[in-house]
Amino acid sequence: MASPLVQLSKVNKHFGDLHVLQDIDLEVNKGEVVILIGPSGSGKSTLCRTINRLETFESGSILIDGVPLPEEGRALAQLRADVGMVFQSFNLFAHKTILENVTLGPMKVRKLARADAEKEAMQLLERVGVAHQAKKVPAQLSGGQQQRVAIARSLAMHPKVMLFDEPTSALDPEMINEVLDVMVELAASGMTMIVVTHEMGFARKAADRVVFMDAGQIVETAVPNEFFANPKTDRAKDFLSKILTH
Amino acid sequence: MGEILANYDFVGAFWLTIQLSVLGTIGSLLLGTIVAVLRVAPVPVLRAMGTGYVNTIRNTPLTLLMVFSILGLTYILGLQISDNAKTNAFWWAVIMLSLYHATYVCEALRSGVNTIPPGQAEAARSIGLTFGQSLREVLLPQAFRGSIAPLGSAIIALIKNSTVAAMIGVTEAAGLMSEVVENETGTLGVFFIFAVGFLIMTFPLGVAVTWMSERLAVKR
Repeated sequence: MASPLVQLSKVNKHFGDLHVLQDIDLEVNKGEVVILIGPSGSGKSTLCRTINRLETFESGSILIDGVPLPEEGRALAQLRADVGMVFQSFNLFAHKTILENVTLGPMKVRKLARADAEKEAMQLLERVGVAHQAKKVPAQLSGGQQQRVAIARSLAMHPKVMLFDEPTSALDPEMINEVLDVMVELAASGMTMIVVTHEMGFARKAADRVVFMDAGQIVETAVPNEFFANPKTDRAKDFLSKILTH
Repeated sequence: MGEILANYDFVGAFWLTIQLSVLGTIGSLLLGTIVAVLRVAPVPVLRAMGTGYVNTIRNTPLTLLMVFSILGLTYILGLQISDNAKTNAFWWAVIMLSLYHATYVCEALRSGVNTIPPGQAEAARSIGLTFGQSLREVLLPQAFRGSIAPLGSAIIALIKNSTVAAMIGVTEAAGLMSEVVENETGTLGVFFIFAVGFLIMTFPLGVAVTWMSERLAVKR
């Protein structure tokens, strides 16, 4: 068996006195979809952002495809190109059109010719269902559409793994599903995904594993149905009872 | 009045003012952008250099910089740009205007940078852009668009401050005005002509800047 695509061992991080990540060990294999779940402040978003080093960490190691995460500079930029990231607040480049948002990375980082980059970008925009908006700027699109563009922007880099940091938390309820549909399709296509979310429907449908975090630690790891039906730890039971009562 | 207009080179003087202004604007935009990049750089030494530059130059009177360029740099240190005293003074005036107004350009751009949500830089980094590429492709274009209004103010201030070049013998508009006042008379008419001359240069610029800052604003 090949080594895992993403491998975290003994990762520690503090925000001042707060120990936000405590000895985190996590392995994600190629093609696997892992959900990070937990109460706010549990460290799940920080963990997600640590994997492409938008957050630094103090000790431990993170390997992507067997290569340690570089600390800075060109090498780090190269690695980030292989790790897609989708943010809660979309973060589309506000001054560029939808099409330019998707072609920027392939042209500047992968050095693709404009025509090739645009051709692929249009295919990706087609895939996420916003191709007809290609000439608009992000502010003219709904949240759900913007988030689907953000997914296309990541996909354009052909990432080895994609990180999703609460991708539907900033969306109006009626737009959540259009984004989740794209993510389910992506999971089915074999993309390796690490997703911070509370969308249990998505977890049940697409995830291979749920990782439950609390107070900076990984408390429980299980397959989705097992985790939601039969949480082992009291902390997971307590958390699920709070989000499932309504 | 008509005689004064005929005997002095008003057009030439204002042309010199325009040249000083255009060259000073180009210089200060280039240098100001570089200093602004230093001030937002992730390396503490570079940030300190940027801050040091702004604090030193912005707190020095422009008159002092102008006079220093001739009395200090040319006469004492022998840094002569041209053997022709007029040309030498002109280029030193351009340099000093650029150095001085670069600090204002830098601060205008930095205020523009601060209008950019942090997520824009994170997104740029996450698709693999280097620091330089993030600046060029994502941050600076948005910073420029977000700071058109203060940049416009900085350029208008530069146009009017080009009059300080008269101190070192550059006969731009203000230089000619003091010449006329000294040799002829200080009538209101003379002052009025020069005031209108500056208004013609600065007022349309102000209108254009307001229009552009609305049109090019980044929609969020």
